[in-house]
Amino acid sequence: MGSNRPDAILKAVKKGRGGVFVSHHKLTADMETVRMPAPERVVLPMLQHIGAPCTPTVKKGDTVAVGQVIGDSDKFLSVPIHASVSGTVESVADVKLANGTMAPAVTIVSDGEMRLCEDLTPPVVKNKEDLVKAVRASGLVGLGGAGFPSFVKLTVSPEKPIDTLVVNAAECEPYITVDYRECLENSWNILNGVYLLAELLELKRVVIAVEDNKPEAIKVLKNIADQDIDRGNVVRLMTLKSRYPQGAEKMMVLSATGREVPAGGLPADVGCIVMNVGSVAFVNRYITTGKPLVSRSVTVSGDCIKNPMNLRVPIGTSMQDIVDYCGGFVKEPAKILSGGPMMGTAITDLNVPLLKSNNAVLAFSKKAAGFKKETPCIHCGRCHAACPMGLIPTDIEKYALLKDADTLNKLGTMVCMECGSCAYSCPGGKPLVQYMRLAKSVVREAAKK
Amino acid sequence: MEEQKLFTVSASPHTKSPVTVQGIMLDVIIALIPAGIAGVGIFGLRALAVIAVCVASCVGFEALFVKLLKKPMSIGDLSAVITGLLLAYNLPVEIPLWMCVIGSFVAIVIVKQLFGGIGQNFANPAITARIVLLVSFASAMTNFTAPKVLDAVSTATPLATLGAIDRAGDIGSQMMAGGLPSLTAMVFGVRAGCIGETCAVALLLGCCWLLVRRVISPIIPLSYIGTVAVLMLLFSHFDLYYTAYELLSGGLLLGAVFMATDYSTSPINKKGKLVFGIGCGVLTTVIRLFCSLPEGVSYSILLMNVLCPLIEKVTAPKYFGFVKKKKEKKAKEGAA
Repeated sequence: MGSNRPDAILKAVKKGRGGVFVSHHKLTADMETVRMPAPERVVLPMLQHIGAPCTPTVKKGDTVAVGQVIGDSDKFLSVPIHASVSGTVESVADVKLANGTMAPAVTIVSDGEMRLCEDLTPPVVKNKEDLVKAVRASGLVGLGGAGFPSFVKLTVSPEKPIDTLVVNAAECEPYITVDYRECLENSWNILNGVYLLAELLELKRVVIAVEDNKPEAIKVLKNIADQDIDRGNVVRLMTLKSRYPQGAEKMMVLSATGREVPAGGLPADVGCIVMNVGSVAFVNRYITTGKPLVSRSVTVSGDCIKNPMNLRVPIGTSMQDIVDYCGGFVKEPAKILSGGPMMGTAITDLNVPLLKSNNAVLAFSKKAAGFKKETPCIHCGRCHAACPMGLIPTDIEKYALLKDADTLNKLGTMVCMECGSCAYSCPGGKPLVQYMRLAKSVVREAAKK
Repeated sequence: MEEQKLFTVSASPHTKSPVTVQGIMLDVIIALIPAGIAGVGIFGLRALAVIAVCVASCVGFEALFVKLLKKPMSIGDLSAVITGLLLAYNLPVEIPLWMCVIGSFVAIVIVKQLFGGIGQNFANPAITARIVLLVSFASAMTNFTAPKVLDAVSTATPLATLGAIDRAGDIGSQMMAGGLPSLTAMVFGVRAGCIGETCAVALLLGCCWLLVRRVISPIIPLSYIGTVAVLMLLFSHFDLYYTAYELLSGGLLLGAVFMATDYSTSPINKKGKLVFGIGCGVLTTVIRLFCSLPEGVSYSILLMNVLCPLIEKVTAPKYFGFVKKKKEKKAKEGAA
């Protein structure tokens, strides 16, 4: 190899349209992830993923250990839920989730020992099928925020062969730094995860995508790619100009391969799998240790948090416990977000559990939360210019209010991924994402008829 | 138990860009200031009076209208100030002030507010008001005085002189004979014309500000002025001097930078903007060269304003994943 060694760093094949430049506010970038001790109790909802909810497999009074399955489902689109602390099941009842819906949940009172379940053994993974089975058993959902069961992504159908894995380390949402920390602290797991997936899925190319505002991560990841060049030569690093929503799945596929995911389709339709960098690292960790998804990294930040930090938190820990661990509030928060400021959900109170897909807890004062009064549309076109999907949100708003499903379909309403670029850039302060959701519900309802 | 305090919830995103409607309008006003200063410098203090009356009556009519209709007060968005400025910039300096008030009424009440206020009007208020005044008071609207720095006598605009030129003959010598101001005078706006339209330097300065602040996209000004330039070159058998004159005459720069780019009356998408600009350019050239009117910027922009919804419909952008889907379908059909 030596002299004709290929360059480890790629440029984007194709640049996506639209997007906005959002201030990064990565306050916690230089803070090493701190392991939060077991809270007094955890609440584990049976629905922490997109798909069918699990049925609890434990009952009140049962003793459970870390990693023990406490909920599962025989439906296809579902992953098991594991106990995140050791202790006693206090109740199995409905609880309120961050998005306001109710779901059955198992509440465990911790014994403080964090005793690991004895049945946990590393899975034997020899082929694609083993991998899919193992990833399902691990309870993994996309750690980037959407919460889609990962094993589904890895299920390759013969009609849709996969040649490229895009490892998403772009982390384009402001404030959040968990993926960045993952790159720095867990590079070994990422490296091996990438090898493992590349080998089992017989991939032609693995692209690790990162934004250019993370030079430290680039250094580490380049090292990974360089090592691979000596080995099998499939892994490449791709640096992207930081721009929101760079890390959106369809944008990632476009940047890495130049392929456009068809409207209503998935990356698999164009031969790609996109996985969050944390998910890749987790796959490797699970396959070597057999410890399922019971904790995750989360960025606690915002101008109201006393000590912003990156935490490793048992899943099901309440937001209140997390905020308390970070020293509480320094000033009155107006908004608490589960997730990032662009796509996260605002929650009414802290009495909700952290789910597998939550990557941040942010607390903003009234000033930082960017409240804007809604004024009439001036037809300036900023929403259209910002839309990565090339939609015209202001037109969609009009037809949504008219409940005109046909026109909404023609305007491509359903490809909207609710990234919030339109609403961010609207000078009139219009809640355009809300209108987009309204438009989608108009289309969905019309389709039912 | 103490009542639990709830945090604010709203749809994402939870952060907003600092750009506001008021901020955008302020940028446009700033961009219009150089042309105003130039206008007052060239045509004297009466220009300032015209500007003041137009702005005051536009803002006044807007305030009055929303008050009468019990709508929320909207003069804070500063858009009425811009309408007033643009109207004044499109009037000759000797216009009777009461005509300015009538113009403002047409712009704000009839064209803007009766259609629903900011963002809802289908035609540019200032341009429509100018055309109404031009049709109603033709002599006052075409009574152009020479710049104050020269002699304040009624004079023909350069465009009127250009219009009389026979392009089949020797253009250069005819222009010479027409007694046109020098090209330098044209660039700095020392020529007969409306208050704000003559000084190319000031208008381009304003244009730069709008571009730097990303208030407007360069597509419409470039395609508008570019189309006029190309067509004039063709029709003058590639006479550069004549073409430069055409570009600097009349209200082309003012119209292309400030009026054709009006948000509510121009298309949102890029292709639409291009079509809109080229359309304006073709119409302006056709009116200037083949119609009995010397100037065609206002009429061209107004006509394209009316066509804007149609242009937007025809040039509707394809959303992400759209083309691919069709192709795949065809490919599948082909395979089957």
